[in-house]
Amino acid sequence: MANLTIEHKLNIFLVLLLLVLPAIALILDEPFYITLATKVVILALAGVGLNLALGLGGLGSFGHAAFFGIGGYIAGILASHSLNAELMFSVLGVEFDGTTNMLLIWPLALLVSALVAVFIGYFSLRTKGVYFIMITLAFAQMIYYFAIAWPAYGGEDGLSIYVRNQFLGLNTLDPIIFYGICFSLLMSVLLLVWRLKNSHFGSALQAARQNEQRLAAVGIPPFGIKLTAFVISAMITALAGALFADLNRFVSPDMLSWHTSGEIMIFVILGGVGRLFGPVVGAGLFILFEYFLGGLTEHWALFLGIVLLAVVLFARGGLVGLIAGEVKHD
Amino acid sequence: MTAILLLEQLLNGLQFAMMLFLMSAGLTLVFGVMGLINLAHGVLYMVGAFACAIIAGLTGSFWLGLLASLVAAAMAGALVEVGVIRKLYRRDHLDQVLATYALILIFSGGTRWLFGAFPLYLDVPQILSTPVNLFGLLDYSSYRLFIIAVGIAVALGLYFLIARTRLGMRIRAGKSDREMIAALGVDIRTLYTLVFALGAALAGLAGALLGALQSVEVGMGDSVLILAFVVIVIGGIGSIKGAFIGALLVGLVDTMGRFLLPYLFALVLPPDSAASIGGALSSVAIYILMAVILIVKPKGLIAANG
Repeated sequence: MANLTIEHKLNIFLVLLLLVLPAIALILDEPFYITLATKVVILALAGVGLNLALGLGGLGSFGHAAFFGIGGYIAGILASHSLNAELMFSVLGVEFDGTTNMLLIWPLALLVSALVAVFIGYFSLRTKGVYFIMITLAFAQMIYYFAIAWPAYGGEDGLSIYVRNQFLGLNTLDPIIFYGICFSLLMSVLLLVWRLKNSHFGSALQAARQNEQRLAAVGIPPFGIKLTAFVISAMITALAGALFADLNRFVSPDMLSWHTSGEIMIFVILGGVGRLFGPVVGAGLFILFEYFLGGLTEHWALFLGIVLLAVVLFARGGLVGLIAGEVKHD
Repeated sequence: MTAILLLEQLLNGLQFAMMLFLMSAGLTLVFGVMGLINLAHGVLYMVGAFACAIIAGLTGSFWLGLLASLVAAAMAGALVEVGVIRKLYRRDHLDQVLATYALILIFSGGTRWLFGAFPLYLDVPQILSTPVNLFGLLDYSSYRLFIIAVGIAVALGLYFLIARTRLGMRIRAGKSDREMIAALGVDIRTLYTLVFALGAALAGLAGALLGALQSVEVGMGDSVLILAFVVIVIGGIGSIKGAFIGALLVGLVDTMGRFLLPYLFALVLPPDSAASIGGALSSVAIYILMAVILIVKPKGLIAANG
């Protein structure tokens, strides 16, 4: 254990916390806290997605709500067709039905979000910095207004999912089981992102953030690397969106709004940009503050603002940076 | 659809554009000169509107309210700059995003605490409450014409300030080389506070002017903030001229889109779906405009100083 850095220890502590707290809530028979923990885990997953683009690649996407919402709408649309026993569409006589099986919903959410991300990324990556922030916002707003205007799936009112979708015959309406599914996914994705970060691809991506010319000079075109990162990042956030729709059993254009993009970005910055567990810390703290301050005072937003401001001014590198110090280059 | 209706919509678009310009001018200056992304700019719009509504309510004079909006927003801007923003200039853009987002929460929360969640009302001043007849063609709101006039006056004033005065020269110099101008003995800290307060005052003015057309409430600056960012990105960040062109484009495309698109779709679609598709597409029109402009010109229409 001697060669573990503080950040490693912090990460292990966070994993244990995410395991123990819901277990305690289960023993105390407080299902609401399990649901709260589920919300943290899902939003953290959305943040982990953005963190891959933003932290490693320096791609400040202000449009990740688009992917979060696409994931949510895929889950909602498939479920509503299945529950109403309606045909989705047929191509050349082959009929496609809806489904309530998460194992079909997730791959489809990943596929659709990847296609959309290739399109958005292809055009957006021509710009840099603030222009990139704004063009990703523009694309997300287009999808947002499209969802509002499209009457087939509820338009502005959103779409309810009456029964939570199915996973391997488990009772997903039991909060602890649904928590387990979300927690396992978060851990798998964190493992994947950690492996990616230390892979050749990860090195190339970080090089693209630091100095594109050098990356190009060693023979790796930065555009392809950044586009790949953007697409993977979008897929992770879409997966979180599909889970979020199942958590609330409801999807609405709210999931696609720029407020959502902003919040996902805040989770990442608050926790620590580029830190593996940064979004977990950020989302956790944000949701806990919102919930507990919201219980104490109706002016919770004011106090949340003061806390956030204090974090930026006094904790460089977010909360993980505050606890674990600067990133070590070993 | 008549030519008169079209003219009226054009004027509405122009009025919207001038409001957007007042918001964007400060935002683009602050970004261009200090390199700061200021999400809290929309809050200053709200501060201006509240100051105007309160003072106008107390004194019965809209003009005193308008003056109060300028003063209150400039003071709030200067306060925020000295207290918080000053520490952020050398920081990453993402830190600036988080800090100014926090400022939104603080100002919105504080305003809700002080004035409650109910909207305040602000009346159009007596002298501008009757429509005027334009070219014998249509009766148009004199208040909206007044907003257009204020926007044009501010644009000319800013042009004069930046191109012709010593302060403007320093602002331009600060934009191109901050170390050099500091080395020449210009007090760069005060200059920054001044620029920030100026931008804040313009945002406050926009809020006060629009407050009389809409209701004055917490969160009123949020959607305007996003539009102002669209404007400065289209125009090219840091350029006042770009902000003016961007504001005209966004204001006119948005207003005319909302007006014309449902008519256009009605030519090929049944009226019901024409209205809904046209409505949706017109909400998206400015974002499509921005995306296309950025794809063609990744640094906006007028790239200021490279």
